[in-house]
Amino acid sequence: MLVEIRNLRIQFPTASGFSDAVRNVSFTLGQEKLGIVGESGSGKSLTARSILRLLPSNAVITADKLEFDGIDILRAGEAALRSIRGARAGLILQDPKFSLNPVMTAGAQIAEAWRVHRGGSRKLADRAAIDLLAQVQIRDPTHVAQAYPHELSGGMGQRVMIAMMLAPDPELLIADEPTSALDATVQAEILRLIEDLVSRRGMGLILISHDLPLVSHFCDRVAVMYAGRVVEEVAAADLLHARHPYTRGLLECLPTLSHKKPRLIVMQRDPSWLEQ
Amino acid sequence: MIEVDGLSVRFGRTEAVKSLSFDVQRGESFGIVGESGSGKSTVLRALSGLNPNWTGRMSVDGKPLAPRRSKDFYRRVQMVFQDPYGSLHPRQTVDRLLSEPLLVHGMDNVERRIMRGLNEVALPDSIRFRYPHQLSGGQRQRVAIARALMAEPQVLLLDEPTSALDVSVQAEVLNLLSDLQQAHQLTYVLVSHNLAVVAHLCARIGVMQAGELVELLSADDLRAGRTRHPHTAALRELSIELEEPETTGGQIP
Repeated sequence: MLVEIRNLRIQFPTASGFSDAVRNVSFTLGQEKLGIVGESGSGKSLTARSILRLLPSNAVITADKLEFDGIDILRAGEAALRSIRGARAGLILQDPKFSLNPVMTAGAQIAEAWRVHRGGSRKLADRAAIDLLAQVQIRDPTHVAQAYPHELSGGMGQRVMIAMMLAPDPELLIADEPTSALDATVQAEILRLIEDLVSRRGMGLILISHDLPLVSHFCDRVAVMYAGRVVEEVAAADLLHARHPYTRGLLECLPTLSHKKPRLIVMQRDPSWLEQ
Repeated sequence: MIEVDGLSVRFGRTEAVKSLSFDVQRGESFGIVGESGSGKSTVLRALSGLNPNWTGRMSVDGKPLAPRRSKDFYRRVQMVFQDPYGSLHPRQTVDRLLSEPLLVHGMDNVERRIMRGLNEVALPDSIRFRYPHQLSGGQRQRVAIARALMAEPQVLLLDEPTSALDVSVQAEVLNLLSDLQQAHQLTYVLVSHNLAVVAHLCARIGVMQAGELVELLSADDLRAGRTRHPHTAALRELSIELEEPETTGGQIP
């Protein structure tokens, strides 16, 4: 198993004691594509980032088991984490505008990632950067390698980000809302690209999003989170038979193009969803 | 209510909007869809008076628009932006945010209007003295809508009003927008890249590509696939494909 999580709990100190941001979360991940879906504040990003132990410094993490390929994340030292972060597990963030270095060319950033994790000469890294840009389906990789982030469109920036994450040849890719800042057409292109790369390289994928129908097209399984808990885990193909009212609510509240809805169904939140 | 004829906007050598024409009836919702960079927001900004560098003819309520607008124009036409995190002043309370348009336009009964404004967008009175960072994304967008309604406008220009929100909150805001339109006879121009959102709220839709309005069609025609331009057909196909959850046989029950 690439990732094994059992009974994960993440807490933050507040004025009135500790509050749970994530509780009782358990799942395992192999070479497969897992979607984590939920609204803002449901704990989906925290759960995924706990695998890299990239949490705010005041977060308190406890778990019966939190392992990446057999390495105990909770007890791992910084050196051990360094061999996972970026190297064996890559993280793609939402907005390339903020996650790329604005004063380095795209090629230089990818080459840097290559050299940090794999070593080798500057020349070799530059060549590898261009090759990676070609792999993320950029038509003119030599030209894009010389461009600065502000000269790139959102979709292009996200491709550069993905190329950078692929440089060390990771086993796991965590994509945290990789397309929320992009429009529908580019969104589909980027998700297809991620899906394709993950399948071809035999990586594991955790795709985080708030758009349930969208995620189901690119994942094998979907975990639906609500208020820090996984309320339901379903195979993507069985989504229409999801049982939890929250999952159903997420599907029903969307306006659709194929059939007209005079009024959108607004989710009625049941306090009992918080417990169980 | 709104007439746009031959609107062009240039940024340096780039022509962002190329001779665009459409009109919107009173009380109607008109939607503009297109990809990033197609010029849809630029149209809205020219219409709202945020960008004075345009050519062509535009009029609102029969009155032609000049690059510089009257104070009354800014009362009758209000805009709601995509990101409520960016469009609300972080150091002003909701009370201050809502009273500002009233002070600018010299309107009376500030107290009563603020309470009614909050009530209309279904926000509790208790948030009146909070700051934007103390509110959720959905509450913030409601405050932005309440602020736009404060000066009793006739036209609301909506630039991606729900794309920064969670899908469950999006449903609430879209329902709110249709209720408010009914209650106040508002005219909407809605810009979005989400076809389903636009078709839900608007009866007529314009499709933009690279600064040009390539097709004008009704929401019913768009739903039924009666499109004439290949770009509209492509946008529609993608939207339909991705809005349905994946099923085993590719069959949608």
